[in-house]
Amino acid sequence: AMEKSRPLWDNPLQFVFACISYAVGLGNVWRFPYLCQMYGGGGFLIPYFIMLIAEGMPLLYLELAVGQRMRQGSIGAWKIISPYLCGVGVASVVVSFFLSMYYNVINAWAFWYLFHSFQDPLPWATCPLNSNHTGYEEECEKTSSTQYFWYRQTLNISPSLEVSGSVQWEQALCLMLAWLVVYLCILRGTESTGKVVYVTASLPYCVLIIYLIRGLTLHGAVNGLVYMFTPKLEQLSNPKTWISAATQIFFSLGLGFGSLIAFASYNDPSNNCERHAIIVSLINSATSIFASIVTFSIYGFKATFNYESCINKVILLLMNAFDLEEGSLTADNLNEMKDYLMATHPQEYAQLLPQLKNCAVQGTGLAFIVYSEAIKNMEVPQLYSVLYFFMLLMLGIGSMLGNTAAILTPLTDSRVIAARFPKEVISGVVCFINCVIGLIFTMEAGNYWFDIFNDYAATLSLLLIVLVETIAVCYIYGLRR
Amino acid sequence: VLLLILSVVAIAHAELCKPDAQNAFKVRLSIKTALGDNAYAWDANEEYLFKAMVAFAMRRYSSKSTTQISNVLLCNVTDRVSFWFVVTDSSKNMTTVPGSEVEAAIRMNRNRINSAFLLSDKTLQFLKITSTLLPPVEPSTPVWLIVFGVVLCLIVAGIVFLVVAGIQQRKKKNKESTESENLEERGEVTVTVENGIPCETLDLKAGHINGVFAADDERFTSL
Repeated sequence: AMEKSRPLWDNPLQFVFACISYAVGLGNVWRFPYLCQMYGGGGFLIPYFIMLIAEGMPLLYLELAVGQRMRQGSIGAWKIISPYLCGVGVASVVVSFFLSMYYNVINAWAFWYLFHSFQDPLPWATCPLNSNHTGYEEECEKTSSTQYFWYRQTLNISPSLEVSGSVQWEQALCLMLAWLVVYLCILRGTESTGKVVYVTASLPYCVLIIYLIRGLTLHGAVNGLVYMFTPKLEQLSNPKTWISAATQIFFSLGLGFGSLIAFASYNDPSNNCERHAIIVSLINSATSIFASIVTFSIYGFKATFNYESCINKVILLLMNAFDLEEGSLTADNLNEMKDYLMATHPQEYAQLLPQLKNCAVQGTGLAFIVYSEAIKNMEVPQLYSVLYFFMLLMLGIGSMLGNTAAILTPLTDSRVIAARFPKEVISGVVCFINCVIGLIFTMEAGNYWFDIFNDYAATLSLLLIVLVETIAVCYIYGLRR
Repeated sequence: VLLLILSVVAIAHAELCKPDAQNAFKVRLSIKTALGDNAYAWDANEEYLFKAMVAFAMRRYSSKSTTQISNVLLCNVTDRVSFWFVVTDSSKNMTTVPGSEVEAAIRMNRNRINSAFLLSDKTLQFLKITSTLLPPVEPSTPVWLIVFGVVLCLIVAGIVFLVVAGIQQRKKKNKESTESENLEERGEVTVTVENGIPCETLDLKAGHINGVFAADDERFTSL
C-alpha cells in the first residue's frame, strides 16, 4: 500500500499566519505594556530588542528548522535526532496539555463577556439593586461595578481555594462552546486550520487599529501614553528588567511547547524557514508595541476618568458636609479650600478625613476589568465591547490552535494510534478530555486553580525543555547539519 | 398684644423646627448640577412652593384636608441649598406630625415633588428618606443565552457538516482505491510476453500480424 503523504499547508503564507496567530496572544496585548511601564517605560525597549535578537530569533529558527526537516511532531522529531531525546518531545506534549487545559477557560470568559455585550446598558456599567430596592448591593458598593461583575457574576468566586463550591453552569456552557469551536477548527487538520488562521491572525489587527483611532481621541489618553513611554533609564541597571525581557520574549513566541515544531512539520521541505523565523519574531514584537500604545491610551483614559470622578466625589462630600454653595468648590481650588476648611472647622473635617481619598492612580487589573471599565465610559459601548472581546477570542483561539496542534501532531504521527482511529476521533477525544478537566476552572474556586496553573504549569519546565533542545541540536545533531 | 402673640408663635416655631429636632427632616437640593445654565435661584417663592408640595403630600396621604401651608415650617436655609422642615399638627397645639407619617407621605408623592422643582431623586434629597430605585428592565430570557444558543447551533452545524463530509470522502477514497487496485492487477496479468517482448509494444511497432497464429485466440490461455 502507498504511504499516505503528509498534509501540507496550501501555501507558505498559511504557515506564517499560523505562527503569528499562535505567537500573538493575550501576552502581547496585556503583559508587555505592563512590563514596559514597570521596568522603565521607553527604556524597556532596549533590553527587549537585545533579547529578541540574542535568544528569540535563534530559538525560533531552531524549532522551525527541526520541525521542517524531520517532518514529524515533537516526539518523532526528537526521536530522529537521538532515541534518548524522545523524552524532550514527551515533556513538550505534557506541557502543551497542561496549557490547553487552562488556557481555553480564558476563551470561555471572552465568550461570556461577548454575549453580555449585546445589552443596553452594559451589565457591568451599574451595580445591581439590593433586595428591597433602596440602594445598590453592598458588595458592589464597596468595590466597583466592573469588579463586581467579574468576581461575583462571572466567576462567583469563593473566599478561598479550600471552599470549592459548585460548578457554575453558565461558565461550563461557555467552556463547552469554546472547546467546540477549537474542535471545529482542528477537525480536518491543516486543511481546516490553514483557512482559520487567516481570520485569527488578521482580525485582531483590524480591531487594534480601530481601537488605536478611538483610543487616541479619548480624553486623557495622552496621559497614559506619556506615562508609559517616558524612559526611566535607571531601570536598565536592575537585573529584573533584563530577566523580564528575556522571559517575555520566550513566552511570547511560545518556544518549547512543540507547537512550532508541529506547524513547521507540515511545511514543504524546501521552505525558507530562516526568513520566516525572522518575519514572525519581528511581527510579534511589533504587535506588542502597537498593542501597548492602544492599551496605554485606554489605560490613560480610564485613569483620568477615575481621577476626575474621584475629585468630583470629594467635592460633593465637602459641599454636603459644610453646606457650601454649589460651584464654590472646583478641581482647581480644591486644595486651598481643604486647608481653609481644616482651619475653620477642625472637628468636622477630622471626621471626614478617612473618606477623603487621595485620588491616586490605582494599579493593575486583569484585561477584563480594566478594558471593560474603560469601555463602559465610551459612547456606543456595546460596539467597542463586542469588538474587544471578539479580538480577545481570536487571539485566544489562535493560541489554542497551536497548543492542540502540539498535542495532536505527535499522536497522529505515531502509527500505533493513527492506524486505528481517524484523526477526527482523536481530536474529538482530546478536546473532550480537556473540556471535562477544564470544568475544575468553572467551579467557584476555579480562578485560584487558574492562577496556580498560570504561574507554575509552564514556566520552569519550558526553560529546561528549550535548554535541552538547544544542546541537542547544537552538539548531538551537529550545528552544520 | 398682637406683637406679643406673633413673637410667641415665632419662638414656638423656632422650638419645633431646628436641626436634628424630633420629626424634622433635612432637605438638600443640587439645582445647578441638575439644570446647569437653566438653574433658578432659590428664594422665598420657591420655599412657598416647597411648603405647598409638602402640604399637598400630607393631604393626599392622610386624605384629611386639615394640613395647611402654614403647618409646614422651614428653617436653617443655607447657600448649598439645604434646610430643615417639620410639619406641625394643627389639631394639637405645638406638636409635630410623627416622622413616619411624613416619610410615608413624601415617599408616596416623591415623583410629583421632584417634577415640581424639575429635579430628580438624586438632586432633591430628603436625607433620612430612602428612595426606591427603579430596577433595570430584564427580559424574560437573558439576552446572553439567546446569543449563546445561536452561536452554539452554528458551530454544531459546522462540525456535523465537516464530519459527515469527511466520512463521505473517506468512503469515496476507499472505493476508488479498491477499484484502482483491481485495475492494476488486471493490467499486470494482461501484459503477456512473447519472446521477452510485451505484446502491446509489438502491436505498436507496426509489426506484421501473422494471421495463422493471431486468429487462433484460444491459444492464449485466459486467466
